Amino acid sequence: MTLKQYLKRAWPLYVMIIPGIIFVLLFRYYPMYGVIIAFQDFSPAKGFAGSPWVGWENFEFLFSLPEFGRILGNTVLIAVVKIVADQVGAIILALLLNEARILFFRRSIQTLIYLPYFLSWIVLGGILLDILAPHGILNQAIGNFGIKPQLFLGSNNWFRGTVIASGFWKNVGFSTIIYLAALTAINPTLHEAAAIDGAGRFRRIWHITLPGIRPTIVLLAALSLGDVLEAGFEQILTLYSPAVYRTGDIIDTNVFRVGLVSAQHSLAGAVGLFKSFISFFLIALSYYLADRFAGYRIL
Amino acid sequence: MIRDSSWFSRIFDGFNYVFLIIFALLCLAPMVHIFAVSLSGRAPATAGFVSFWPIDFTLENYEKVMGSRTFLRSFIISVVRVLAGTSLNMTLIILTAYPLSKTPRAFKGRVIFIWFFVFAMLFNGGLIPTFFVVRSLGLLNTLGSLILPNALPIFSMILMMNFFRGVPKELEESAFIDGASHWRVLWHIYIPLSLPAIATLTLLSAVNHWNAWFDALIYMTDVANYPMQTYLRTIVVELDLTNVGIDPRDLQRLSDRAIRGAQIIVATVPILVVYPFLQRYFISGIRLGAVKE
Repeated sequence: MTLKQYLKRAWPLYVMIIPGIIFVLLFRYYPMYGVIIAFQDFSPAKGFAGSPWVGWENFEFLFSLPEFGRILGNTVLIAVVKIVADQVGAIILALLLNEARILFFRRSIQTLIYLPYFLSWIVLGGILLDILAPHGILNQAIGNFGIKPQLFLGSNNWFRGTVIASGFWKNVGFSTIIYLAALTAINPTLHEAAAIDGAGRFRRIWHITLPGIRPTIVLLAALSLGDVLEAGFEQILTLYSPAVYRTGDIIDTNVFRVGLVSAQHSLAGAVGLFKSFISFFLIALSYYLADRFAGYRIL
Repeated sequence: MIRDSSWFSRIFDGFNYVFLIIFALLCLAPMVHIFAVSLSGRAPATAGFVSFWPIDFTLENYEKVMGSRTFLRSFIISVVRVLAGTSLNMTLIILTAYPLSKTPRAFKGRVIFIWFFVFAMLFNGGLIPTFFVVRSLGLLNTLGSLILPNALPIFSMILMMNFFRGVPKELEESAFIDGASHWRVLWHIYIPLSLPAIATLTLLSAVNHWNAWFDALIYMTDVANYPMQTYLRTIVVELDLTNVGIDPRDLQRLSDRAIRGAQIIVATVPILVVYPFLQRYFISGIRLGAVKE
């Protein structure tokens, strides 16, 4: 087949892919070039190409800041606890739902527990700010047991816990779907054979159901590695306040405040590049592990 | 299904049903509470007497919210954004996924193109450089700043590509023999056979556009250009009622909490309307993402 014959049929493929390439070049690759601001004293008037270079100065300054370790620590701590809570919660919920045999009941419960996943953090944040307020319904409820009102969003003792619990509330129902899908794929004859051999209900859960979803557990564990620096930007930006920066400020919220509110573009660019760089390796590693241990490939 | 009627198993069932009901109600309770507050009069709402049932039932909070010009304007901006953004997303997803779903023989250079997109998914320029790119393109305060930067959601495009690869090759081969072009094959074979995947990704894209708020917060310098969620943020998160667009005399008669509750509920209604479809397609959509041949 000559090139001419090939192109006679294949040219539309190249036309189709052009718009996608243009958008990705403009809005994904051009900003990647823009990460050079982390090595510059960037001023918007001079642009990426015209700003003066300063080498590693921004990074040296960044690593000398006491907040830096704190922000990184908050990010990883919140993200990791969220991942573990979400996965363990989803597995338990999926197993319990799977044991509930009345189909209508199961469907109804599922419908209710997915719902928060589809609402924005503004809507959920508005709800949380109201119910967790000092005079909100939760403090009234615990007041009935003689407990003093707690600042769930305004105190450093509570903030991380509130973020983790509300993140769980929003996401766990949706994570459950994946496990439920894996559970329906388990061959029912395995259960029947085990029952005939005298295995009780809990033995069957332990020896058949759990091993049946093990590949899914491994897969999601591998993929979650890519989220170790994703503590929930939109959530925390909605819920936090200066009083809880010590325990609640994460990389993303810090980049936003330093870079766009206080206009220290290059410093925020350095923080952002630090995150993008580590995330890149984490995500690449997570895809590698997912392929290696769970046979999952996105391509 | 196997029956297991030992007493232990029955007790477990009982606990299981009760636990699941409690858990589901806990997921729902905050929303029911806000709904009840939004339907309550000033005194009980402000004093915090409302739990899960409205007190001094009134629809006035909703009347005022729906009558507010600023609220309606942001609602319309959001609707336009969802329509324009979702159409653009789906057009680009389909157009990009189709060539990439071909074999390297049928589409020379496929490997290079794939890596071009995958690398863009893995590595991110970050917030600050992206902001300045959008600014330098003159997109601040335009609808373009909300729909163009993520015009091609790469992960969704890859899901679409994987779905396209499952379409039987015999269909297009016979179409090519009859002289059809790739355009016709895409339009008459691939798209009709991929409707479940297209429906899932369309809903996902629409929900994402409806729920997005951070981009408008940084790209819009004027509150008048805010879509619904970003506008809602000024009121329910920053608790700033100067933009609420309700006559101050009316506000005196109403409770701030109830007004905010009413706005939260109105912003949620569109999601509730598409929710049955979301649920149905998402279960198949999840499989689409998780199971590969």
